Amino acid sequence: MNPTWSRFNITSVVLGFAFLYLPIVLLIIFSFNESKLVTVWGGFSTKWYGSLFRNQGLMDAAWVTLRVGVISASVATVFGTLAALALTRYTRFRGRVLFSGMVFAPLVMPEVITGLSLLLLFVAVGLDRGFLTVTLAHITFTMCFVAVVVQARLMSFDRSLEEAAMDLGAPPVKTFFQVTLPVIAPAIVSGWMLAFTLSLDDLVIASFASGPGATTLPMKIYSQVRLGVTPEINAACTLMIAVVAVGVIAASIVNKRREFQRQRDEQAAQRG
Amino acid sequence: MTDAALSVSAAPDARSSLPVRALRAVASRLVIIVPYAWLLVFFLIPFVIVFKISLSQTAIAMPPYTPVLGFGEGIGGFWSQLKELSFENYLWLTDDPLYFNAYLSSVWIAGISTILALAVGYPIAYGMARAPTALRPTLLMLVILPFWTSFLIRVYAWIGILKPEGLLNQLLLSTGIIHQPLVILNTHTAIFIGIVYSYLPFMILPLYSSLEKMDYSLIEAAQDLGCPPTSAFWKITFPLSLPGVIAGCMLVFIPAVGEFVIPDLLGGSQTLMIGRTLWNEFFANRDWPVSSAVAVILLLLLIVPIMIFQSAQARAQEQSK
Repeated sequence: MNPTWSRFNITSVVLGFAFLYLPIVLLIIFSFNESKLVTVWGGFSTKWYGSLFRNQGLMDAAWVTLRVGVISASVATVFGTLAALALTRYTRFRGRVLFSGMVFAPLVMPEVITGLSLLLLFVAVGLDRGFLTVTLAHITFTMCFVAVVVQARLMSFDRSLEEAAMDLGAPPVKTFFQVTLPVIAPAIVSGWMLAFTLSLDDLVIASFASGPGATTLPMKIYSQVRLGVTPEINAACTLMIAVVAVGVIAASIVNKRREFQRQRDEQAAQRG
Repeated sequence: MTDAALSVSAAPDARSSLPVRALRAVASRLVIIVPYAWLLVFFLIPFVIVFKISLSQTAIAMPPYTPVLGFGEGIGGFWSQLKELSFENYLWLTDDPLYFNAYLSSVWIAGISTILALAVGYPIAYGMARAPTALRPTLLMLVILPFWTSFLIRVYAWIGILKPEGLLNQLLLSTGIIHQPLVILNTHTAIFIGIVYSYLPFMILPLYSSLEKMDYSLIEAAQDLGCPPTSAFWKITFPLSLPGVIAGCMLVFIPAVGEFVIPDLLGGSQTLMIGRTLWNEFFANRDWPVSSAVAVILLLLLIVPIMIFQSAQARAQEQSK
């Protein structure tokens, strides 16, 4: 049953995507603007990218952000995957309601509350604010997003595969690493990428959890945006978009390949 | 917590020796314990601390509040401290109309934005769900992609568009639609645009997933029986998409109430939103107890919507099993 795709449907989808993409496209275009006035076109130029790379403050912040992002996304992926396994595989354990509450609540919790509460925790235990505290904070809020992504994959997972492996004598841990993990790997990869971009992106929680010496790129951009819009910021934003876009496209190509490989394997198996 | 974990791991390898089994039992319990402990320490306990500090008093020190409710002086000291707890910060919040107005206008702004996002997102999600099956994964990807670009950047992009000499005004002036530049930046309209734009994917995704699952033959049956398309929509499509509507609205409304970046960058100095008030209390006034009290009340305000969201999530989980 294929319902008709009416003209109204097409128009609303096209307009919707125009609304979603136009601001980003304009931002990218104006990063190549010769003029210092961000909104007046003065000819093509890449000079703002040059001045960006000479801006030591921005470069330092970018380096901090990248390190925080990679470390926190990696740890969050492990914890988030564990949380997703706990939620899907163990349907009954003491405190499960609280646990699932703690996994889902950070998804919608206003960032100012998460940021403030983490900061007060760090102060209460006497942890100096800096690189470590930002990373801890990012692990905490991004692991919940990883958990949701991986959980969605685990729910559609065919458990008879695991049962078959165990019937054939594979111990549970081996079954997990050789059967379960390869199947949910795409979800884990996209979970990592989501965690990484969320960390790259975060202003509010980082502002609370960070201290001197650990200024992240969003914090730097924010403080400059408050002073006014400059083409240099446009250039910084464009580079951030480029990094993420390359990552997303690469991940989807890898996923497609795997999918293709899997289908071929299945066909080969069926032909026997 | 332990019973289920034990039985799951112990069943398949009853032949293994006792130490191996015990080790595996611990390992499978770790799956639960590690993330559980992490979230307890970094998510739940911090809220308890926020509540505790909201009851303390501001002091010129580092950290800038008087310590309360410590066990440093034993149980007796704990009790005497309990008597000294001050609800002054909360009284302060109710005394000053600034805070009340900030809460009210946050809920108001978030509510209007949520309705606008629903109105904008529904036709898009509906159009996507009706699209040819081969096209749907691409469309879905296109909705998710902007989510991968920085929130701050997307809000920042709108400053260039909305400001008085910005791109929107240039376009409208040059086409002769208007003769005076529109003042949009630093008004509520700019905040509405910012929230709808930033949170639109959160609205579209749950809507799309409930609309896509819908059985289209229901609509055809209604039409065969003489039901006009509009009432078929309101009587069949919309009620069936209600879980998606609820999830989408909660995903937009809850974070929007406490939103800081959008009102700060697009709303101008006179916009009152509670996320921004909290930020200013903390960073500008360095009043940690009052900002904690602001956070506690904000959390209380959001508990009902968060519970609705949680139960919707739980139901969706049950359904997909």
